[in-house]
Amino acid sequence: MADPMKIRARMVGNVCDIKVLMAHPMETGLRKDSAGHVVPPHFIKTFTVALNGKMIVDGQAAQSVSRNPVFGFKVGGAKSGDKVTVTWIDNKGETRTDGADVG
Amino acid sequence: MNRRNCLKGIGSTGALAAAVAVGLLKPDDVLAAEWNKTAFDAKDLASAVKSVGGAAAIVSKDLLIEAPDIAENGAVTPVEVISKIPNTTSISIFVEKNPAPLSVHVDFANGALPEVSVRLKMGHTSVIKAVAKADGKFYSATREIKVTAGGCGG
Repeated sequence: MADPMKIRARMVGNVCDIKVLMAHPMETGLRKDSAGHVVPPHFIKTFTVALNGKMIVDGQAAQSVSRNPVFGFKVGGAKSGDKVTVTWIDNKGETRTDGADVG
Repeated sequence: MNRRNCLKGIGSTGALAAAVAVGLLKPDDVLAAEWNKTAFDAKDLASAVKSVGGAAAIVSKDLLIEAPDIAENGAVTPVEVISKIPNTTSISIFVEKNPAPLSVHVDFANGALPEVSVRLKMGHTSVIKAVAKADGKFYSATREIKVTAGGCGG
């Protein structure tokens, strides 16, 4: 299982600012290791962000997103104490779901 | 692997049950996102843009790309795209000179503001293109980022 995501959600005025760091190698499939072997692609393909169980962001990603992806989103209509849930699924079918409270 | 198979796959690990438990995967809340293989596999900018529907996108000043003019490390180029176009429902971000230009596609719903920030790999100095969909129409913006050290390894 991949390492937990770091999720920070905080209110800035009446908008909730969400930052997510997903621990993932995001291998492109183009890189070679020190022995000269091509490292196979391994990257997050889809991810979702939900606020209190309602999906607010439905995302798709490619290998060209940086290693340990950091995404930032904003949502209106949130309040302190609301639950933010993030899920990702990678090209090997691995998945991870983590949550945080809006601060 | 498509999204359906992914979901079947995670069901067996119990993660799907967890996702349902937190109310994430109520069927009618799931938007659409099957990974757009055609668009992500496209090797040139024009066909990638076409695959997300943006072939006839209109250049818009209300679609903003925030990024450094010079990225010292192409492996982590911070890019933020903000749409001020009313009723924007999705944003795609492309890096023209990358082997596969489409990097990120995001659909917004339920109060999410049409903004996304992300860090991208850039192998070379390149034009970044953003395409936004609003009311069924497509809008685009471009910005060049100079890369002094590439980020694609190898």
